Amino acid sequence: MSAEAAGISASRTGVLGRLSDLFWRRPNLLLILMLAPPLLWLGIIYIGSLIALLLQSFFSIDEFSGLINHEFTLKTYAELLRPANFDIIVRTVTMAAAVTIASTFIAFPIAYFAARYARGKWKALFYLGVMLPLWSSYLVKIYAWKLILAKEGILTWLFGTLGLTPVLDGVLALPVIGGNSLSVSYIGTFIVFVYVWLPYMVLPIQAALERVPNNLIEAAADLGARPRQGFRFVILPLALPGIIAGSIFTFSLTLGDYIIPQIIGSSRLFIGQAVYTQQGTAGNIPLAAAFTVVPIVIMGLYLWMAKRQGAFDAL
Amino acid sequence: MSIAVRFQQVSRHYGAVRAVDDLNLEIAEGEFFALLGPSGSGKTTCLRLIAGFEQPTAGHIEIFGERAEGVPPYLRNVNTVFQDYALFPHLNVIDNVAFGLMVRGVDAKARRKQAEEALELVKLSGFGDRKPGQLSGGQRQRVALARALINRPKVLLLDEPLGALDLKLREQMQDELKSLQKSLNITFVFVTHDQGEALSMADRVAVFNHGKIMQAGTPEDIYQRPHSRFVADFVGSSNLLPPVLVKSVGGPERWASLRPEALSIAPEGQPERARGKVAALTYLGASVRIALDVGGERLTMVLPARGTLPAVGEDVPLHWDDDALHVMEDEK
Repeated sequence: MSAEAAGISASRTGVLGRLSDLFWRRPNLLLILMLAPPLLWLGIIYIGSLIALLLQSFFSIDEFSGLINHEFTLKTYAELLRPANFDIIVRTVTMAAAVTIASTFIAFPIAYFAARYARGKWKALFYLGVMLPLWSSYLVKIYAWKLILAKEGILTWLFGTLGLTPVLDGVLALPVIGGNSLSVSYIGTFIVFVYVWLPYMVLPIQAALERVPNNLIEAAADLGARPRQGFRFVILPLALPGIIAGSIFTFSLTLGDYIIPQIIGSSRLFIGQAVYTQQGTAGNIPLAAAFTVVPIVIMGLYLWMAKRQGAFDAL
Repeated sequence: MSIAVRFQQVSRHYGAVRAVDDLNLEIAEGEFFALLGPSGSGKTTCLRLIAGFEQPTAGHIEIFGERAEGVPPYLRNVNTVFQDYALFPHLNVIDNVAFGLMVRGVDAKARRKQAEEALELVKLSGFGDRKPGQLSGGQRQRVALARALINRPKVLLLDEPLGALDLKLREQMQDELKSLQKSLNITFVFVTHDQGEALSMADRVAVFNHGKIMQAGTPEDIYQRPHSRFVADFVGSSNLLPPVLVKSVGGPERWASLRPEALSIAPEGQPERARGKVAALTYLGASVRIALDVGGERLTMVLPARGTLPAVGEDVPLHWDDDALHVMEDEK
């Protein structure tokens, strides 16, 4: 008979063995070690720089010397309310809201199909279709869109071939949102924003719908809910956290973007461009910082309102 | 008494799988009817056909004399208590219970009142403001029951509603369901794989296997007079006697069933029907289960624990009443 096994094996030797025994005895130690690097990063680099930014926005610039005056003042924020600056904020928020609403309506059916009907190969195809645009360069996509939307572009040609040129001209003749061609109008900016941010709306909605068990929908029908009522009272409330998550992406990404409106659209500024100009050419860091605070405040308000409306009750 | 649910040669196939196969079934109004069978036997599909979640591939379904094929679930006066309750997680208990009234346009005040009454019926008054996630399994089950009953369905379908509860709660709910059904006089159709549950609760039981009903009848019929080996085997642990053995003890050359509790040791002076060698004894508390070797077959006998018990290896004379040996007509 071979040597009998002891009731308890001997302690492990070697540094790694002892270390892993130690971690087993003190699981909190392991947790602290694992969490320390990301917490330091988040706390110092990320939150720290945000606070530094916030501080900048409470400074002001001396209009004669162009030097930053390091005294706390709300003067820079008051400047945001000047018509020229306030227009930029209104324009950006309106665009972000329009992009978010359009993305929701386009994304929901796609997400619904993917979550409730697509299986196996179709599901893989869905993920590929949604993610594929994210793999290519953002700039290339936007310049491609500029070509598509240009006056000599494929869209103009398509409308012409289909005999729909008057429709296109009618759309472009609309006040404010129209323009000389799609590529220099707000409509063009809007189309490209929706195109670029759509995946960020589809994926959270799909994830939320995926978690709605089929038997809840059956239960609604069983209790007498017509399909429309089942959607309104069961599917939609349960998908709402996903819609909110997606809208946070599309809304905040549109609020902060400065490349798309620069390449496609009228030459009027969006918040991102204003920040870019103020901190660069104009050298007005406090105003740039104040502009940056605007999206943060708007997102905060948005989330607060969403929570009050019970958007997260189903979480 | 009218027929609540009638299946006429109903089939439901999924590709090559025949979940329900050429089924005929009649459930009377006011009856507590159990669909009993192993998993995959078609009993749940049968329930879903009544609810309207599935449509038959062939055949006709009638609910209170009206054609049900092609009728969507929301037009059927039938409600379901789902296996995992399917409570709406974003609604509180009151809104869950009142859901059926809400979608029918009953005003908020009236439906709150009715929902509170329904909760009282299932002994959950005062739980209205909680979310389903804050309830225990037994409480969720009651909410699901109240949510279905508030619509005053003509037929209530219950899909293994007690499966997720622990033993004590399950027994309590069995009694409550039974008395609820009697007092409301609603037709209950109850799916279960637990034969004890089916026998103790139902007025009639249909035993399913491979998409077909093997036997339908009262619990006593099913238990005492199974038509086939499958039913005898599935409904309680029965001794199955092969034709040779049945013939050797004086019966016809057919399969027969013999309940363990019908077997006893023949008292001295009484004629013995067979002899068996004791292979093992298992103490069960009130009784003792004895494994016997009879002519090469393994039979089980259950005796009260208080009497004198044979020892392992002992050769004992066996006795049973004339009518205890049930010969199965369906089996050769």
